[in-house]
Amino acid sequence: MGSVGAKDVPVLMSPEGRRIDGRKVDELRSLRITAGALRQADGSAFVEWGANKVMAAVYGPREVHPRHLQENNKAIVQCRYNMAAFSVDERKRPGLDRRSQEISKVIAEAFESVIFVEEYPRTSIDVYIEVLQANAGTRCAGLVAASVALADAGIPMVDLLPAVAVGKVAGHVVLDLKKEEDNYGEADLPMALVPQSGRLVLLQMEGHMNREELAKALDLGVLGCRKIYEEMKRALRERYGPTGASGPMEVAA
Amino acid sequence: MSDEVTAEILTTHILDLAKNGRRLDGRGSDDYRNISVEPGFVSTADGSALARIGDTAVVCGIKLEPGKPFPDTPNAGVLTTNAELVPLSSPMFEPGPPHPRAIEVSRVVDRAIRAAETIDLTKLCVTPAEKCWTCFVDMHVIDHGGNIIDTASLAALTALTHATLPSQRFGIAETDTPLAVQHFPVECTFTRLGDVVVVDPTVDEERAGQGRLTIATDEAGNIVAMQKGLVGAFSPEDVKDLVERAFRHGDRLRAIAQGA
Amino acid sequence: MGDGHRPRHRGRGDGGRNGPPASSERILVLPGEEVPGRGLRPGPGTYRVNGRIYASVLGLLTHKPPVVRVIPLSGRYIPKAHDTVVGTVTDVQGTFWLLDIGAPRWAPLHMTGTPWKIDFGETAQYLRVGDSVVVGVEAIENTGRIGVTMIGDGLGKLEGGTSVTISPAKIPRVIGRGGSMIQTITRHTGARIVVGQNGRIWIDGAPDQLVRVRAVLSLIEEEGHRSGLTERVEALLRSGDAPSGAGTGRSDDADPDLGPNPPFDREPHGPGEPGPGDGDDDDEPGANAPGA
Repeated sequence: MGSVGAKDVPVLMSPEGRRIDGRKVDELRSLRITAGALRQADGSAFVEWGANKVMAAVYGPREVHPRHLQENNKAIVQCRYNMAAFSVDERKRPGLDRRSQEISKVIAEAFESVIFVEEYPRTSIDVYIEVLQANAGTRCAGLVAASVALADAGIPMVDLLPAVAVGKVAGHVVLDLKKEEDNYGEADLPMALVPQSGRLVLLQMEGHMNREELAKALDLGVLGCRKIYEEMKRALRERYGPTGASGPMEVAA
Repeated sequence: MSDEVTAEILTTHILDLAKNGRRLDGRGSDDYRNISVEPGFVSTADGSALARIGDTAVVCGIKLEPGKPFPDTPNAGVLTTNAELVPLSSPMFEPGPPHPRAIEVSRVVDRAIRAAETIDLTKLCVTPAEKCWTCFVDMHVIDHGGNIIDTASLAALTALTHATLPSQRFGIAETDTPLAVQHFPVECTFTRLGDVVVVDPTVDEERAGQGRLTIATDEAGNIVAMQKGLVGAFSPEDVKDLVERAFRHGDRLRAIAQGA
Repeated sequence: MGDGHRPRHRGRGDGGRNGPPASSERILVLPGEEVPGRGLRPGPGTYRVNGRIYASVLGLLTHKPPVVRVIPLSGRYIPKAHDTVVGTVTDVQGTFWLLDIGAPRWAPLHMTGTPWKIDFGETAQYLRVGDSVVVGVEAIENTGRIGVTMIGDGLGKLEGGTSVTISPAKIPRVIGRGGSMIQTITRHTGARIVVGQNGRIWIDGAPDQLVRVRAVLSLIEEEGHRSGLTERVEALLRSGDAPSGAGTGRSDDADPDLGPNPPFDREPHGPGEPGPGDGDDDDEPGANAPGA
């Protein structure tokens, strides 16, 4: 975040208000979601968002192991967010680091806020996210993939959970940070929205923003989430609609 | 602990079918499921591929980074392989430290790549005893429908044959060059079902199986690695016969890996 | 549960056994989508907030005025009282076994819930890990415990044959209206079939015929939500019929543990009420006439 003293900082905003990849401040990167991409999982989804490639799978509700983790009156939601060694520029050692563990926790809590967990006492709903290729916003991409996977798995929820990272780049509040914007920008704010209620169940922020910028960022994020929500629904309708295939979809190249 | 206990009637049925030369999905004992590879699947890697055999899918990413040679091999680069059997890919896998199965897959694939001298490691030397390339071969299983070994090995070979040495980025040379691959090993896995030995087992066939034999061959008629796994036995005659079958399948898998 | 953020849920729905949507009403809904209309009451698969009703699961919206519900199109089997299910023994204890029936939890079968007289500690002599059984679901407790019994017609240990697993949402199509689809399959193949509401199907018969049954079940799973299914199934079965008629493979020796041959799992549908995703053609009375 905001590499102080870094050399070769790229031009993040043109005088015409175009970002490093030509987008305007309120434009999303390209997004394509494939529901039911895997065969073994109860529910799954593959998300290609900008240069991110993220796979999510849901198993459950199912028996809890180890048993002492189970809750008598509801299902527990366990999430594992993991990055493949080759998913980032500098090869990452396999295994969960502290960043991955924190992300896993906030994502699990986001889902626990919308899943009707009381339906399934003493069980676990396991959400797995694997980042195969990363370019900023992977926790949001993972959340979106997992949300579609949960619907694919027939888990009852208040709503799908669109998510996006808003940020501040060259003094401008922008939607959907890509890698260079995340690395050299001034703020990063991932968020997840429950469209039905208009409320946020994931919210993190790192950087520098004044009150006006924050208000603008929240509004921009909500708008972005509503657009992402449409693609999530489209992906599920494609799989389950009258012309959809029942089997797992081929993962797009 | 696994979510799944296999129904004994299914195991018995698979073995009964095998007696008559049949398999659950209608394949013959020497048929692979549908095979496909997609090189360049991951742009953050220096070489990559998504390989699918039937329902099984593995993504392999190659990362090349400057490092230091091992003291006892100052003129060689370093090759390291790892297979991740992540819980996303199967109800049988749990999060946590590497399962022995994951370790076995890594080592079996690594053995074939090394023994076949897939990459001439001396070509990865930059400055003897000081600087060399480290080649990471990371295999990420994303869907486990059976026969992870062959799928991972196919993904690895495809990724290696489409990999580029990022010399420019690390200031080692002016231009990037393809990673030099000189041999093309592939794994071919068989499972015994009673008296019949079938190739490319599904998850149900692996569970019903009585012994597994993986044979890695290269393009020059060499057997470069073998691994017998699970509980069961193969006679020397079995092994010779399976070696012939492995060469035939290997040639086809090689063509798929290189031709993509 | 008065959690200010998450509203009360109306359950997840039982797979459409209380009546299907008429074809004109077959609307796919996603979690969070509002169900339009006034004076409606929220049924399974929905929830209500501020007087408005929303879907909670991905499925087919159905109206049985004034109740509106969503029939799930995916997901694990959710047990309901009076279901017949096919399961696998996963654990053996002194007085009970645990069964995997594809539900969120394992189901305990107590030794008193079987036709056998078993002493404490003898359970393993009757059922071992890996054995297959047909049991009836008795009741689901608030704790989530699934009560099952093996006492009753058509219930018992399964010997021989094999099992096929499909999505529970497709089971109504496997059974068909009044059992018509199942009858079509058995007529052409002579196989014995026990259909579990949990998506597990036990089949037994001549090996050639079982391959055909599997192919049909696969077709139903892949295409069961589209119209014209009956025709496609019959075409598939006809193409495999031997010239002298289907091999029977039917054993006349009923398994004593099961009593008489297990009945086809005929659902107590009302007339004209197969499951969700039913094709328009299946609504016509003559569609499944014998002699195809």
